[in-house]
Amino acid sequence: MKILIKNGIVIDPANKINSAMDILIDQGKISGVEKIINIDVDTVIDAKDKIVMPGIVDMHVHLREPGREDKETIASGTKAAAKGGVTTILAMPNTLPAIDGAEMVDELKNIIGKTANVNVLIAGAITMGRLGSELCDIAALKNHGAIALTDDGSSVDDADIMLKALARAKKDKLVLICHCEDKSLSEKGVVNLGVISTRLGLRGISNESEYKRVERDIGLAEKAGASIHIAHVSCKESVEIIANAKKKGIKVTAETAPHYFSLSEEGLLDYNTNMKINPPLRSKEDVAAIKQALRQGIIDIIASDHAPHTENEKDIEFDYAEYGTIGLETELAVSVTELIHTGLLTWESLVEKMCYGPAKVLGIDKGTLGIGRDADIAIVAPEKEWEVTKECFVSRSNNSAFLGKKLKGAVEHTIYKGNIIYSMKP
Amino acid sequence: MTRTVNKKSQWTHKDLLGLEYLSKEDIELILDTADSFREILDRPIKKVPALRGKTVVNLFYEPSTRTRVSFEIAAKRLSADVINIATETSSVKKGETLNDTGKNIEALKADIIVVRHNCSGAAAMLARHVNISVVNAGDGWHEHPTQGLLDIFTLRKKTGNIKGLNVSIVGDIAHSRVARSNIWGLTKLGANVTVCAPGMLIPPGIENMGIRATEDIGEALSNADAINVLRMQFERDEKGAFPKQMEYFKKFGITDERLEKAKKDIIVMHPGPINRGIEISSKVADGANSVILEQVTNGIAVRMAVLFWLSQAKKGLSK
Ligand SMILES: [Zn+2]
Ligand SMILES: [Zn+2]
Repeated sequence: MKILIKNGIVIDPANKINSAMDILIDQGKISGVEKIINIDVDTVIDAKDKIVMPGIVDMHVHLREPGREDKETIASGTKAAAKGGVTTILAMPNTLPAIDGAEMVDELKNIIGKTANVNVLIAGAITMGRLGSELCDIAALKNHGAIALTDDGSSVDDADIMLKALARAKKDKLVLICHCEDKSLSEKGVVNLGVISTRLGLRGISNESEYKRVERDIGLAEKAGASIHIAHVSCKESVEIIANAKKKGIKVTAETAPHYFSLSEEGLLDYNTNMKINPPLRSKEDVAAIKQALRQGIIDIIASDHAPHTENEKDIEFDYAEYGTIGLETELAVSVTELIHTGLLTWESLVEKMCYGPAKVLGIDKGTLGIGRDADIAIVAPEKEWEVTKECFVSRSNNSAFLGKKLKGAVEHTIYKGNIIYSMKP
Repeated sequence: MTRTVNKKSQWTHKDLLGLEYLSKEDIELILDTADSFREILDRPIKKVPALRGKTVVNLFYEPSTRTRVSFEIAAKRLSADVINIATETSSVKKGETLNDTGKNIEALKADIIVVRHNCSGAAAMLARHVNISVVNAGDGWHEHPTQGLLDIFTLRKKTGNIKGLNVSIVGDIAHSRVARSNIWGLTKLGANVTVCAPGMLIPPGIENMGIRATEDIGEALSNADAINVLRMQFERDEKGAFPKQMEYFKKFGITDERLEKAKKDIIVMHPGPINRGIEISSKVADGANSVILEQVTNGIAVRMAVLFWLSQAKKGLSK
């Protein structure tokens, strides 16, 4: 099966390409990237005025399987990924039970093998049951196929255990991802602490509860001589701490999610539980700081933190509602709307942050359109406008913080290993 | 003093969720209407037929005899039928959800739900899920609009005009829905509002609501035309962050000695139930400046006005 993508604007920062090119796909691989390719193929995709970019590598996704298949499954989540131009996912281990041992990795691998529509990589837990007290058998997690470690949803409170985890991760060459939250500071909080929590009469989550833990974990990484990846950075102080650590030469990478550079706490004034997220949507000042951090390269990566929940868990009292928004199907469009169309980022830098950058952090051979690489490609209509509605989602859940928003930029086709796995309905 | 209701004013809300969502005109319409209902309460026969054939359901997830009884009397004075549902704190784990309960009440053909709930935003959520009117009778720390309205009504009756009044609210501002409703209502009507509490009970950014905050009770009292003393709920102290009761009374308690330094005719309000000797001394609570019991009576008139206008509201109006 040969596919030829004609006339698109190819964005491939790994190979320093940003120009009109044709791309030939043969046997699931990229076999040609040239000004003009004329050859007999099975399928031609006319990509005139379209962006042709590597499939997105989303290193922060909650697929919920096993355990909470009512929220999402590997099948439904990877279908949502395809619709969003995402071809590689790092699945978070806070499933039920958590991915905290070799058997769980095997079980997950089995489901992925049978049902996944895109590349799904496995993150194991740092501690047993993600409870923060006992380190997992990290070598076993690694040997069975986990490529990263995280207790996401929780932070490892015990600094000694965290230090040991960093040392183990370094030894076993696993990526250590930190959900930075000091629960003793954020306890019971449901929205950002400040004017809005005051007006709404809701318990607040301070910036401090995040950045104090960012500071601690980076300090521990420095001590261990290990690299560390900070998940979902949401506030200006965290940005500053990460910038300083990078200057000092500490091996830290950082990620943010589209909602942290596009939405602020003010969206919560009508108690919209789809905007109840952890870390919370912050102040406008923080949103501006996250944008600048993306522009300056302090934040390396954009990942969705796709967090599906059922309507029963969201359409209830604000205090009782679950935290999180889905994001796989909107992350590219939100990024294009907020970062490209505003002139904040170039297409190359966006692709760097959504494709090549995360692939580098994860140590995988993805995120580029180099000859011989897997043909994982997203073809994007950069000017196409659409409105986010409940009905538009293929995810099993529709708890999107972006419901009702108009976005500019839409995925037209997603190709995974040379197969067209998604095409927008005409 | 009697006022005639401005005939041009129109009530356009399906629900009463908070004073934040009302205009100055909306608030004045309710106050003016409450004026006429207040007179009825002093008649030998205290009943009008305005809500005959209508059903008001009091749905209370928190125990509150005062507010519930006040709403019940208000509805009965208007000739409505009243049903009281007192229920355990709703929980995410067990029992029927608030939305389902609301929809059932609607299916039972009730006309107005008066809801008291421990979660901020609960009344707003309920209002989105039912087509009948919802009155917020207190949601978490958020708002208690009829309490705000009755406080303002009482002040207006005493002073004639809210505009330019200096009103201080003293007590646990952070966890008080009464404070928030008073702040929205008073500022909309042009009063100058000061809140006063120990630092940890003043929530961040409260000044953004157009008011002043101080930890100095002397400053809060010095220029005040009225003071609203909030009930201190020491039992809700989760982190041991509150000052001790005696210490609080010493620093913030409203006593004769403190009032001597205030304006002579300062109006002292309290939403009740009062903790004598904790936030207010008995002498002040029962003294000449106190309007605490008048507030209770006025509360009926204000709630009658609210129920009256909501029963007039057309279905499908905004909040
Ligand atoms: Zn997290
Ligand atoms: Zn997460």
